[in-house]
Amino acid sequence: MQGAFAEHVHALDAVGARTRLVRTRDDLSGLDGIVLPGGESTTMTMLMERVGLLEPVRKAIQSGLATLATCAGLIVLASDITDGMSDQQGLGLLDVSVRRNGYGRQAESFEASLKIDGMNGHEFPGVFIRSPLVERTGDVKVIATYQGHPVAVQKDRILALCFHPELTTDLRLHREFVRLAGQHA
Amino acid sequence: MAPEAPEGAGGAERPRRISIVAEGNGARHGNGSVKGSFKVKAGLAQMLKGGVIMDVVTAEHARIAQEAGACAVMALERVPADIRKEGGVARMSDPELIKSIMAAVTIPVMAKCRIGHFVEAQILEALGVDYIDESEVLTPADEENHIDKHPFKIPFVCGCRDLGEAARRIAEGAAMIRTKGEAGTGNVVEAVRHARAVNAGIRKLQGMNHAELVHEAKLIGAPVEVLVDCHKLGRLPVVNFAAGGIATPADAALMMQLGVDGVFVGSGIFKSEDPLKRAQAIVAATTYYDKPEVLAEVSAGLGKAMHGLEIPAIPKDELLAARGW
Repeated sequence: MQGAFAEHVHALDAVGARTRLVRTRDDLSGLDGIVLPGGESTTMTMLMERVGLLEPVRKAIQSGLATLATCAGLIVLASDITDGMSDQQGLGLLDVSVRRNGYGRQAESFEASLKIDGMNGHEFPGVFIRSPLVERTGDVKVIATYQGHPVAVQKDRILALCFHPELTTDLRLHREFVRLAGQHA
Repeated sequence: MAPEAPEGAGGAERPRRISIVAEGNGARHGNGSVKGSFKVKAGLAQMLKGGVIMDVVTAEHARIAQEAGACAVMALERVPADIRKEGGVARMSDPELIKSIMAAVTIPVMAKCRIGHFVEAQILEALGVDYIDESEVLTPADEENHIDKHPFKIPFVCGCRDLGEAARRIAEGAAMIRTKGEAGTGNVVEAVRHARAVNAGIRKLQGMNHAELVHEAKLIGAPVEVLVDCHKLGRLPVVNFAAGGIATPADAALMMQLGVDGVFVGSGIFKSEDPLKRAQAIVAATTYYDKPEVLAEVSAGLGKAMHGLEIPAIPKDELLAARGW
């Protein structure tokens, strides 16, 4: 809809997945996985609602569609959003509370190395851009934290991140997403 | 990877990846994190892609823009159409106004400083705006030098008319580029000219070897490193938006089909009859830029667009795009 989708397409191409941009309901059919990219969560949810995509996406993810959500995508999935627009409503599919721009404005955007549970090898390069802050987690598995706050969580086939793997050349999280997507297919 | 998307409907392949031209240093912190690196500066622009950035002059405008789906707003005292009409020296906006707009919305807030006025830029950085537009819409403060943008933690967007100008700005540290167009006219012709010039410049590089790239760099006054990146990527190495004269959903979609990553709309929204409706329509047109049936639907019944200006009717010394080099 809006955001850094081209970067995800590139990363998924690189791990051998076939991709398609989802802008209408018809684009959803036959998918094994969906990416909710970084961008502006208000813009994305508003557009999705206006064109009648919000409900179909909610149903698809609820019924097990593998999902990779980065930054704004995580906000769109979250059950509670603070500091959003007053009537900002998302998909409410991930039991976390997030504060929009919780780390501050652009001047506070940062890069930091992250240790991700279950991931071998070197630390993952975390690129945080006006990132949401996860303030509470419920029924999800936290797989990485930064300064005591969760920055990567997993719930069944949903992988949700505060940072942007698509802006790096590290493809390990995209590979993991493709593996999740392949499980049901 | 075609720098110019196919014209006409359907299947337009979007340009791909953005790479890092200048490995910005950023400030290292005790906990190992780095702030203000070129990656996070250019990265914010990547998050704005496919979106519309709207000029706003009040907090109320900013809320309307956000409600309409803007991915960012540009905080200004006067929209370009009024700057053009009123004349005089146009400067950075009152910090009070910028702060009220920052408080009114959750989306990123940009603000303009004069070309070469690095102290206005320092002030904007101190205010904590998310992006600085070093803009020809304001009266230039330096006729030779643009701002050295590398030392700033806040990213910059700069205007260009062709590839050489874009490459010079990127070398100075711009993390995002936009066409200059001719702001405040409601006439898209200059934005089209500039977008096509950038595309043509990049296409020309594609068949060149390194020696020829060095020669081309000399001819267009561009740093060779940036041209090497453009050659490798088949596009500018940073996000590239259209700006200057976009007034209708069709204008926005036209620019998107010409291969830009998103659009700025200045005077076009709040100088029109029904700003909210027009803003929503331009947002939709930027997402569905290659779907004429959607464009037809969102273009209907928007009320009057802003009054446009023919470029030849503007005295040469009042052309904003000629500012900067």
